[in-house]
Amino acid sequence: MSPAHYYRCLAGIVRREALRFLNQRGRFIAALVRPLVWLLIFATGFHFVLGVSIIPPYETYVPYEVYIAPGLIGMIQLFQGMQSSLSMVYDREMGSMRTLMISPLPRWFLLVAKLLAGVIVSVLQAYVFLAIAYFWDIEPPALGYLTVLPALILSGMMLGALGLLLSSAIRQLENFAGVMNFVIFPMFFASSALYPLWRVKESSLTLYYICLANPFTHAVELIRFALYGEFEPLSAAMVMGSLFVFMLAAIYGYDPSRGLIARRVVAE
Amino acid sequence: MSSSSGSGRSDAMDAATPIAAQNTAPPLVVAGVSHAFGGREVLRDVSLAIERGQRLTLLGLNGAGKTTLFSLITRLYDHRSGSIRVFGWEIKEKPSEALARIGAVFQQSTLDLDLSVAQNLFYHAALHGIRRRVAAERIAAEVERVGLSDRLGDKVRQLSGGQRRRVEIARALLHRPQLLLLDEPTVGLDIASRQFLLDHVRDLCRDEGLAALWATHLIDEVDAAGQVVVLHRGRVLAHGAVADVIRETRASSMRGAFDTLTQERAA
Repeated sequence: MSPAHYYRCLAGIVRREALRFLNQRGRFIAALVRPLVWLLIFATGFHFVLGVSIIPPYETYVPYEVYIAPGLIGMIQLFQGMQSSLSMVYDREMGSMRTLMISPLPRWFLLVAKLLAGVIVSVLQAYVFLAIAYFWDIEPPALGYLTVLPALILSGMMLGALGLLLSSAIRQLENFAGVMNFVIFPMFFASSALYPLWRVKESSLTLYYICLANPFTHAVELIRFALYGEFEPLSAAMVMGSLFVFMLAAIYGYDPSRGLIARRVVAE
Repeated sequence: MSSSSGSGRSDAMDAATPIAAQNTAPPLVVAGVSHAFGGREVLRDVSLAIERGQRLTLLGLNGAGKTTLFSLITRLYDHRSGSIRVFGWEIKEKPSEALARIGAVFQQSTLDLDLSVAQNLFYHAALHGIRRRVAAERIAAEVERVGLSDRLGDKVRQLSGGQRRRVEIARALLHRPQLLLLDEPTVGLDIASRQFLLDHVRDLCRDEGLAALWATHLIDEVDAAGQVVVLHRGRVLAHGAVADVIRETRASSMRGAFDTLTQERAA
């Protein structure tokens, strides 16, 4: 297999993911409506209830809508990561996962390619959200739209890798409801997406430490700082570390001889 | 890419399987393969072999272990014991070389319903690293062979079950495999579609020297002049020419032979 084979394979997987996404307009709209509902209704409702003091990277008091925007971008990527997990489970149940798995290219490469394809879609969603949010006074500096890109790629990869890992362990399609309850909601609420961590610390020290250990918190903070042209090293390190662990575990999960897939009981 | 000498991995070939041996090695040799899920044994000491140009029918009831065997040959997961060699390549050790030579049609449809026929086929070609221009030529040729040239732009969702199967056969041949695996390919198809598939695969074996492993639970899909493997509860009960299997069981037909074999096992 030459590098050209790898490139063609990656391009094919990305093209398919993009085509699927564009063909499923409902999915595209749902992916945008979800964070917009939070922004336009929830954040407006809480506009005067939740005061946010001046914390980095903000240099002044910011309205609540501005505070939660990075968290909502994180939400888009969290859902996309889990949705790619759903599509993996769906694919496997429907069998098209097998099309991917019988490619002669190494399985780790196929999984990484699948991950990258999902990330590209999630980055596109994030930018569409930012474009709409601009009209609701979410106006980061112009350069922020550029500096946020690496953060979006990194956080998207981390959450996508988590999705891949879960998909190697989930047995049935229906279990996505379980993923919602046990992964998406806890990760989202036990993070800095909706409230600054100092506020959480005032209420519960235990919850504060849970939020601090939550990789999603760091994905949100990485995005928040990057959106204002700043780099947050601790969050970057946490996101990269989590990405590494999740991806290794996912590759193990899909390993034909050792992974979870080998232990699965296959219906005849 | 189907040529071992052209593969970037050819330098990694072990001494036991030189290129010359690859070219003369049988398409598929399964030897002493056993597999279990948890404590449940699904395959026990399964052995079978296919020659070039041969269509081998793998006959077994639902639950016999056919799909598990296909999963092992396509390396969805690894077998625990025995060996599976595709043109001499042990699938566990050289999966790329083996998989590049296998075309597969799985029991469940593996097409993306929301994509067009062409998009599905281009995706498969990309997974095998085929250049887009080459892929376009092969897609046109394969789709014409299965009589669906006018449906290339249609979404798969708009096709009938029989047409989807034809697309899957066309897809399985895009990377020019030399071994075709078909797992219950006629399930749910009408008589005409079923006959088309049987004829098409027979022609591929006869005219192009492809080897095919055709799994089915339908006895009338066994080619009377061909080879058969009877798989029952994870064990091979018979393997050979259909006529020999019938004679050895002292039956008058394949159905009788199958009943005799499986009843002996039940007793």
